[in-house]
Amino acid sequence: MSDDFANGTEIAVKGLNLWYGKNHALHDISINIPKNSVTAFIGPSGCGKSTFLRCLNRMNDLIPGCRIEGDVNINGEDIYSKDVDVVDLRKRVGMVFQKPNPFPMSIHDNIAYGPRIHGIKKKEIDGIVEGALKAGALWGEVSDRMGISALDLSGGQQQRLCIARTLAVKPEVILFDEPCSSLDPISTGKIEDLILKLKKDYTIVIVTHNMQQAARISDYTAFFLLGDLIEFGKTGQIFENPREKATEDYITGRFG
Amino acid sequence: MFSNAKLNEKIAFSLLKIAMGLVVAFVLIILYDIISNGYGVISLEFITSAPRKGMTEGGIHPAIVGTLYLITCSMIVALPLGILAAIYLTEYAHPGKTTWLTEMAISNLAGTPSVVFGLFGLAVFVKYFGFGDSILSASLTLALLILPVIIRASQEALLTVPKEYREASLALGVTKWETIRKVVIPAAIPGIVTGAVLSIGRVAGETAPILLTGAAYFYPKLPGSIYSQFTALPYHLYVLATAGTNIAKTRPIQYGTALVLLMIVLGVNLIAIYIRNHYRKKLQR
Repeated sequence: MSDDFANGTEIAVKGLNLWYGKNHALHDISINIPKNSVTAFIGPSGCGKSTFLRCLNRMNDLIPGCRIEGDVNINGEDIYSKDVDVVDLRKRVGMVFQKPNPFPMSIHDNIAYGPRIHGIKKKEIDGIVEGALKAGALWGEVSDRMGISALDLSGGQQQRLCIARTLAVKPEVILFDEPCSSLDPISTGKIEDLILKLKKDYTIVIVTHNMQQAARISDYTAFFLLGDLIEFGKTGQIFENPREKATEDYITGRFG
Repeated sequence: MFSNAKLNEKIAFSLLKIAMGLVVAFVLIILYDIISNGYGVISLEFITSAPRKGMTEGGIHPAIVGTLYLITCSMIVALPLGILAAIYLTEYAHPGKTTWLTEMAISNLAGTPSVVFGLFGLAVFVKYFGFGDSILSASLTLALLILPVIIRASQEALLTVPKEYREASLALGVTKWETIRKVVIPAAIPGIVTGAVLSIGRVAGETAPILLTGAAYFYPKLPGSIYSQFTALPYHLYVLATAGTNIAKTRPIQYGTALVLLMIVLGVNLIAIYIRNHYRKKLQR
């Protein structure tokens, strides 16, 4: 897993171990995630793929009893070093969750929430909101009703709103934690198209338990099993010519 | 078997219906008794003038004002204190001995008889701090009395705010405090207001704590400041019904007083319910 990506490495993880109390949940994970591409994490439920994703923006800090060892470098910066501002890190590494989670506010205020708190001037906010909604492929559907509650949108629209909300903060990396697991196929298709568009400007990591989805949208795929990173490589290689027996078994549906 | 289960269900439903009917009946009887007897006494004069002739005539204006003072002053103290304490306990406090002890203290405070609060207020606010028999002493005492109610309701409200909102906000690079301020508290307001409503009813209705900390047996004028003595509706009612010069003669006034007290509590509750629904609508739609 050397640094031979076309666009360079965005995230470099070395020897990462994670414990929930006494439960050793991630074992010695090392992986380089390339810039401006889509990297998918696949694996059966409970394999640690979401847990690992949450190490990349330190969301696991919120869980009492969670302990992490190892190096995580994002754009050359060790994000677990003592002088890293976690709040600032999360601005740079955005996250979209499994269940669409818009705030109980208007569409406009959902997008404006982040920029406002980060001190963006009032007159710039509307432009940022419009830009983020356009980039989130939602502007055309909501531009005439920005004042209605975000909770009135459909599930798929809500998820695109959450993506737009993340974009409004101008991150470098976007982490997707099974973003389509609660959506219908049409909404899923729209989100996948969007992710493919976004990789031009962002580094994208997506956790999915849908292998077809990983095959459709990702450039690189990492297969996790029981807290170990079993195999990582180009998506085509992982799906057509896996090196490991466990990867092959999982991909061919022998367990999962 | 089948018909047996059906019969059981019928019996259970009937029992539930009877229980509900009884509760409603009691409320209606009380309301009917107070309204039918108190209605005739209520007039503009009754609510705007002071009692006269040993409380057998005149109105209850000072008691109304006193009760409104108590509600306002105790809420000013208890609401911010209770909400802040609840935020600390639910959002910041780490589970441990201190937190456990604090939670226990709040639970015990909630179960303490109100007369004990009165005695505490007498010893601490009236005597030790030297606030004397006053609105201030009584309001502080009542604030302590309702503090556990407000803390508990606020805690419940904060805990019901979905974890997803917090995560969404934190993941945008927003600090914990901003997340609490901008997302968690607005979402918790309906529940917090419910706690406030319950405690307003308590403040307006309590007699024992204010009896020991500032309510005067007979106080026909308006309190001049928060350091003045006062009278309040429940205490006025108590005096009329037990120690007046002519209890039988004051009976209509007693009913009138009870009705006014009821209307004040109801009125304040309606305002609070309106606020709660307003926020709830904003949250859901």
